[in-house]
Amino acid sequence: MTQYQNLFTTVTVEAPGHSGVELGPGNSPRSLDPPLHYYWLGKIGNAQIGPIYLGGLGLASLICGLIAFNIIGMNMLASVNYDPIQFVRQLFWLSLEPPPPSYGLQLPPLNQGGWWLITGLFLTASLFLWWARTYRRARELGLGTHIAWAFAAAIWLYLVLGLFRPILMGSWGEAVPYGIFSHLDWTAAFSLRYGNLFYNPFHALSIVFLYGSALLFAMHGATILAVTHYGGERELEQITDRGTASERAALFWRWTMGFNATMESIHRWAWWFAVLCPLTGGIGILLTGTVVDNWYLWAMKHGVVPPYPEVFPAVVDPSLTSGVKP
Amino acid sequence: MSLSFESTRSRLGLLIAGMVMLLSGCERPPMESVQHGYRGTGMVQVYNPRALELQVQANEIPPGMPPMDASGPKASQLYKNVKVLGDLSGAQFTRIMTSMTTWVSPQEGCLYCHNPANFADDSKYTKVVARRMLQMTQHINSDWKQHVAETGVTCYTCHRGQPVPSAIWFKSNPQPYGSNFMGDKAGQNHPAPSVALSSLPNDPFTPFLLEANNIRVNGPTALPSGNRQSIKQAEWTYGLMTHMSSALGVNCTYCHNSRSFQTWEGNPPQRLTAWFGIRMARDLNTQYMEPLTDNFPAHRKGETGDVAKLNCATCHQGAYKPLYGAPMLKDYPELAGPGMSTMKLAKQ
Repeated sequence: MTQYQNLFTTVTVEAPGHSGVELGPGNSPRSLDPPLHYYWLGKIGNAQIGPIYLGGLGLASLICGLIAFNIIGMNMLASVNYDPIQFVRQLFWLSLEPPPPSYGLQLPPLNQGGWWLITGLFLTASLFLWWARTYRRARELGLGTHIAWAFAAAIWLYLVLGLFRPILMGSWGEAVPYGIFSHLDWTAAFSLRYGNLFYNPFHALSIVFLYGSALLFAMHGATILAVTHYGGERELEQITDRGTASERAALFWRWTMGFNATMESIHRWAWWFAVLCPLTGGIGILLTGTVVDNWYLWAMKHGVVPPYPEVFPAVVDPSLTSGVKP
Repeated sequence: MSLSFESTRSRLGLLIAGMVMLLSGCERPPMESVQHGYRGTGMVQVYNPRALELQVQANEIPPGMPPMDASGPKASQLYKNVKVLGDLSGAQFTRIMTSMTTWVSPQEGCLYCHNPANFADDSKYTKVVARRMLQMTQHINSDWKQHVAETGVTCYTCHRGQPVPSAIWFKSNPQPYGSNFMGDKAGQNHPAPSVALSSLPNDPFTPFLLEANNIRVNGPTALPSGNRQSIKQAEWTYGLMTHMSSALGVNCTYCHNSRSFQTWEGNPPQRLTAWFGIRMARDLNTQYMEPLTDNFPAHRKGETGDVAKLNCATCHQGAYKPLYGAPMLKDYPELAGPGMSTMKLAKQ
């Protein structure tokens, strides 16, 4: 039994390269066909790489994405005076900033947010094209479009942050910069400006689904690994023809918490938790500044949380008292 | 077999070396956590006891001189060109001059400020600046008691045996727009020590400790009611607060309550002291430092030709109270005032 308690896949299937199903009319040829095989890849997934379907949508998406990536990179490089050493050393600090708030929704000069807008245009185009690609590839394979719609949930959050909310606020300056540390500092500043995002109930929901996704993933992964030696990893078979692996897994959860998801429904749980994380988060961001200006005051006003006992001597805002120095 | 064992071992060695390198920027545990507010609300101060020990050693005050006889002729009668401390006796005057030398220019001695041929001569810029700094010290101790209380400050609070205090600031040299096609940093996104190596705007001093821009970004109401402060403005405030936190060696919750940084209810009273501190720094920079710009030689000025200015770190130097609250001023009452005469002098 210990053979299943391994970090790596212990059984690697060695088989001739498989090119996949025949494609219908109007499809492009696939690249990397015949496919390649790597022994070590078989330890963590399928040993076969390819074939890759690039197609018109994939190509257009990659081109748009690379344009955005290069505009960001060139701006970062220019900001350290084209010094490659400083570019590497300061990479985490470097950033492409959105326009100053004084420009509102107008077109700013290139070096004061213009590049940021152009990047956003190409990045958004790239994401939409990639979304269409996931949709169309799923259809061509005769799959459902669950992956495309899950991706759309992430795109919703991206659009709220960089497009919908800035437009509602009337300022591109409200949007997120393109940079490693700068987008983290933006996140903290966002919470500081709007009175502590932890009092935003949609933020709370989003965290529930984020942590919940991790918990569900751990529970599901562990359950399936634990019943692998009964054939439990063959989940689809177990859905239609419930065997001892499925029975034992279900029994384990009923014993420990009285309820179990089924071989099929656990994947609906996982999909909804993952999708609801950016959906609720996006709602929370969209409401911030547009509908609610100060989440702490909002939560206190509606009794979301009780006030804490006073432990310090009362302090009055000095800017309110008269006769005070500037 | 032995080969693969060797390679595994060297890989393991590389891995450990890599982890050590990654962690080398961190301070080693254990830290001390001190509760500072209602239980369970995250109101704690975190200290590194090893770093704190070094800090305490670095913030000890130097031995003082015994007080001198106040009788006899006044300094203004004994010496020429005494504009600030003329009311002291000759012995008292010599005592404070000697003390100032040990506080500010122990290596350079009296001649750092004085012309050896004529001590009354104002030809050295350092003497003019030192006189103005004496007036500033009196002004702080008499007019800014909301911040310095009775503990007050002396020259040593900032100078610590150096002619130029170790923590001063100059205006940042902004990147010109227009001529540059791309790569504007917007005054941020650089690992600057002024904001504890964050990517926040790295000169939060010019807008807040020199100019009187609005530090507050939060609105007074739950729903929007006309507060147009932007997230970018919040980043500038955040930069200033980051400076204050590192300058005082404290967490945000030393002054703020953990639920709401803007509300004044349930806040530690330290926030009130800090509020006056910001106004004090602004007052000193505009009333004392900036007017001295022309007195300083070019090598003492910043990139944009501005005078050295002060911020929280200039006095605090990592301590929540400068010199951990050592009452140094009480032995030098001549530095405690009078503020009003100083103000009159300032207007002349």
